Amino acid sequence: MPAPAEMRIVLKNIDKPGYTRDIDCYLKHGGYEELKKAIAMAPADIIAEVKASGLRGRGGAGFPCGVKWGFIDPKKNTKPVYLICNADESEPGTFKDRQIIHKEPHQLIEGMIISCFANNVKLAYIYIRGEFPYGAKILEEAIEEARAHNFIGTNILGTGYDLEIYVHRGAGAYICGEETGLIESLEGKRAYPRIKPPYFPAVLGLYMCPTIVNNVETLCDVKHIIKMGGAEYGKLGRPNNTGTRVICVSGDVEKPGYYEFETGKITMGELIYEVCGGIKGGKKLKAIIPGGSSAKIIRAGEVFKVKEKQADGSMADKEIKLEDVILDFDSLAAIGTMAGSGGVMVMDETRDITRCLANLSEFYAHESCGQCTPCREGAQWMKKITRRIATGEGRAADVPLLKSVADNIAGKTICAFGEACSWPVQSFLAKFKDEFDAKAAAGTGPVVRPVEPTMSAPKGSAAYKAAKEPVIAG
Amino acid sequence: MAFVKNAFQHDILPADTPLINVQIDGEWVQVPKGLNAIEAASRAGKFVPHYCYHPKLSIVGNCRMCLLEIGMPKMSPDRKPIIGEDGKPEIGWIPRPAIGCATQLADGMGIRTDSKLAKDCREGVMEFLLINHPLDCPICDQAGECKLQEYSVEYGQSESRFVEQKVHKPKKVDIGERIVLDDERCIMCSRCIRFAREFCKDDVLGFTQRGGFTTLAVHHDKRFDNNYSLNTVDICPVGALTSKDFRFKMRVWFLRETPSVCTGCATGCNVTVGAREQTVYRLTPRENEDVNSLWMCDQGRLNIGYFQGPDRLTEPLVRVGGSQVGAVWSNIYPQIQHKMLGLKGEQVAILASARATNEELFVIADVRRSLGGDTVLADIVPRPGKSDGVLQNADRNPNSAGTRIFGLNYKGQNIAKIKEAIDAGKIKALFCFHEDAVEAGIPAETLQKLDLLVLQHIVPGPTGALAHFVLAGAAWTEKRGSMINAAGRLQRLNKATACPGSAREDLEILLNLRTALTGGNSLHKVEEVFKAAASQYPIFEGLTFSRITDLGVQLDRSKLPRPQVVKGSVVAEPDFAEEFAPREMPVKSEGLPATTPRISA
Repeated sequence: MPAPAEMRIVLKNIDKPGYTRDIDCYLKHGGYEELKKAIAMAPADIIAEVKASGLRGRGGAGFPCGVKWGFIDPKKNTKPVYLICNADESEPGTFKDRQIIHKEPHQLIEGMIISCFANNVKLAYIYIRGEFPYGAKILEEAIEEARAHNFIGTNILGTGYDLEIYVHRGAGAYICGEETGLIESLEGKRAYPRIKPPYFPAVLGLYMCPTIVNNVETLCDVKHIIKMGGAEYGKLGRPNNTGTRVICVSGDVEKPGYYEFETGKITMGELIYEVCGGIKGGKKLKAIIPGGSSAKIIRAGEVFKVKEKQADGSMADKEIKLEDVILDFDSLAAIGTMAGSGGVMVMDETRDITRCLANLSEFYAHESCGQCTPCREGAQWMKKITRRIATGEGRAADVPLLKSVADNIAGKTICAFGEACSWPVQSFLAKFKDEFDAKAAAGTGPVVRPVEPTMSAPKGSAAYKAAKEPVIAG
Repeated sequence: MAFVKNAFQHDILPADTPLINVQIDGEWVQVPKGLNAIEAASRAGKFVPHYCYHPKLSIVGNCRMCLLEIGMPKMSPDRKPIIGEDGKPEIGWIPRPAIGCATQLADGMGIRTDSKLAKDCREGVMEFLLINHPLDCPICDQAGECKLQEYSVEYGQSESRFVEQKVHKPKKVDIGERIVLDDERCIMCSRCIRFAREFCKDDVLGFTQRGGFTTLAVHHDKRFDNNYSLNTVDICPVGALTSKDFRFKMRVWFLRETPSVCTGCATGCNVTVGAREQTVYRLTPRENEDVNSLWMCDQGRLNIGYFQGPDRLTEPLVRVGGSQVGAVWSNIYPQIQHKMLGLKGEQVAILASARATNEELFVIADVRRSLGGDTVLADIVPRPGKSDGVLQNADRNPNSAGTRIFGLNYKGQNIAKIKEAIDAGKIKALFCFHEDAVEAGIPAETLQKLDLLVLQHIVPGPTGALAHFVLAGAAWTEKRGSMINAAGRLQRLNKATACPGSAREDLEILLNLRTALTGGNSLHKVEEVFKAAASQYPIFEGLTFSRITDLGVQLDRSKLPRPQVVKGSVVAEPDFAEEFAPREMPVKSEGLPATTPRISA
């Protein structure tokens, strides 16, 4: 069976020849029509449409968007409500939001305005990744264009509804994408994620007010839900996995890139071997990380046992091959990994899996915010162990030690970063235990080197000198 | 009523807080509603280890040491709790651990502090905290009172699995006038940061760098010189923040700890005096929610040098001709008695001190009565200062209230009268108890006209050289007695060290003087003196010295003599009402010495 064709909704106009990101082009292609439609609706009806659509967040956790919006009760709430667009796209392997921002910013802005109107938000922020300066400029220009057309500002389209959207450039850290870390960062502080309870964004979010944080793609989807109607949108995809999904494929495939499919209509095999043209250079597949770097890895040739609902409602065991795994939230969760942010990373047979893990662990050690103990210390430790194993300085005891360190992090931290950094370690070790054991056992063991200043302080600074000083306590 | 208002108070709830039923380690107990799991567990006698959580600071939940297992009451489909076979609600345990500090317990919830999950979590956190810690315990000042050490014994592992290179960070960082920071020992609990921000309103501490390199630092062009900075040394669970005054001076396990009260001002912060042999090494605040909560000012804390300096009087002195020579106590009293023969009433004056204890003041007042009562001019030396709005009182005398009760406080107005009367030849004898007459404004030429000048003090001072008798007295850490703070709270001093040399406790000296001058010999011990005072002064009715306890007793403020406002008075003794007005924290303290001079043990 050939792979299904792409179904481009969010990416519809993106990369279309002659399509530009300015508002005139956007209006020519039917832009802001949904805003006009939505702003004539009752806000509660918009929320009802989103709930009916079954839209799940596209940022990584896949939380139902309508439910998230429903946490704020307009009858009880007396504080202002904020909406933040999380454009801090920093999960390795994910590059979809950037395309939208760069190539069709008005789609995001329209989706945001509709979402803001639905939730009675008067002030919204786009928190864009610090490393996207160009994207931030594009968004600011787009906001000004939208303001000139009275889509943003006071008395929008004569309805009396006021909305202001600000672009805020991120502080250059992965953790700024964690929603409470993002809120702290937006408030001007270090992006230390908040403890939950009590600081759930829907209750005590930005400036201790109810706050909605949605991903770029999710907000774009809202526009299309208004266009199609929630029920109609909900028919796309599979139950509980509705709509379309942008999938970013990177790594060892012939045609990496971003693709949009009806959720759950494409299998892993179809994606890699047909859509992406197979493994680069005709090599064999080794492993796939299916949902951004923190998703658990799956190994080529794996056969998964899953429970499947039968026609009569009973559950039956079923075996499926990796190639037949459907790419949606529930199917990937069923095989022990996740759809996450939609970043599919493919590794071919020539890849040294220990080096792949060392690379990921280094990333997470670098990006741990350092607020809570297990992640601050553990991520660094895992980096050191994985680096040793990968560079031939491992010992046999390192593999169980590494697993134990990862186990001591996951589920014990303030935010999901704990899982993000330990899931790769846990899954790499589980799926490729043979390779890790062999490489670790063949290693030399730790090699003692002269003390190097491990401070990331600039050379010549007092902190750097202090770190280099001979270690004499007191 | 406490002097200081904490921004957070997780451990204390209003008395009328309703109780809820919670299950703690399998037992159902009742605890006040609104407590977090750490506090609730402690009410049930269970200790949950923690580093970052502090009952008086905001909750950040970053150390993860208090992870425990929590359970919610199981609910039936109609939202009613399911009752188990034992008649108690059933609990559904959550597989993911939660931090005790940020978990507020609700009715029917359960916590497990000793389950395998909780133990594994603690063991993991302990290991993480130690892998990059320098483990320099042998030369660390915190050793002996370090939470890393304590919890390592209780919850840690016996060996390290860490074979990598440790992260190196700045050491001996000078972050303030009185504090040194060792970043390698820091466990990033952020207590000091929150204390500076929330209590001192002096937000100068923070983290720099990221992840495993996170480094505590002071703002680049500021210093942590707040007058409450040393409290961070107390709340630092490890040896990262150390006091310049105390570090490397003494291992803490050698310190004998004595509960007492700081005498730096009229607040009377409750303190623990840490002493070894005859040397006081440090003061640390002692919890008293009615006075100082858990804190004290640096100025009070470091004020332990003046009585341990080289000029300390260690023996009584008698003037023989033009010089003073050391004497024996038993010879001194008859000599004073002899010199006092025939002197009384207007011929005698007394300079008492609001730094003296109630018992001492009672004896002084008693002697004064015998010598002629109000005709004997008496006064104290007032010490007006500026209230810092937190703990430091405008009245820098610790026991002004006591001097008012015993009728010895004339707000310093009598000092000038005493001077005039000496100059006029009316006053022949002057007794100075722990106050220096010259410093109080009676010049040496005047004092030289006296037939008898007796000074009882801990240092000779300018008056000492002129005195006929110098009685070597005791510092406040060397004696027992009671004092009354600005809020009318009666508190107790305890003896932490012995008097140096042949110096004696002031009460003993005063009682001997009393015997010599009045013949009275009915009183011997501080308890007896207090009892006598209680029988004569109704404010102490029903009290005994032992009933004061370590936390003090609030006296009936309406019955306390109020400070009199004298027109044109330079003395600013604050009214109680003024003292209890909301307080603002000043950003910077007055100049303070970094360390205090002291004689070695």
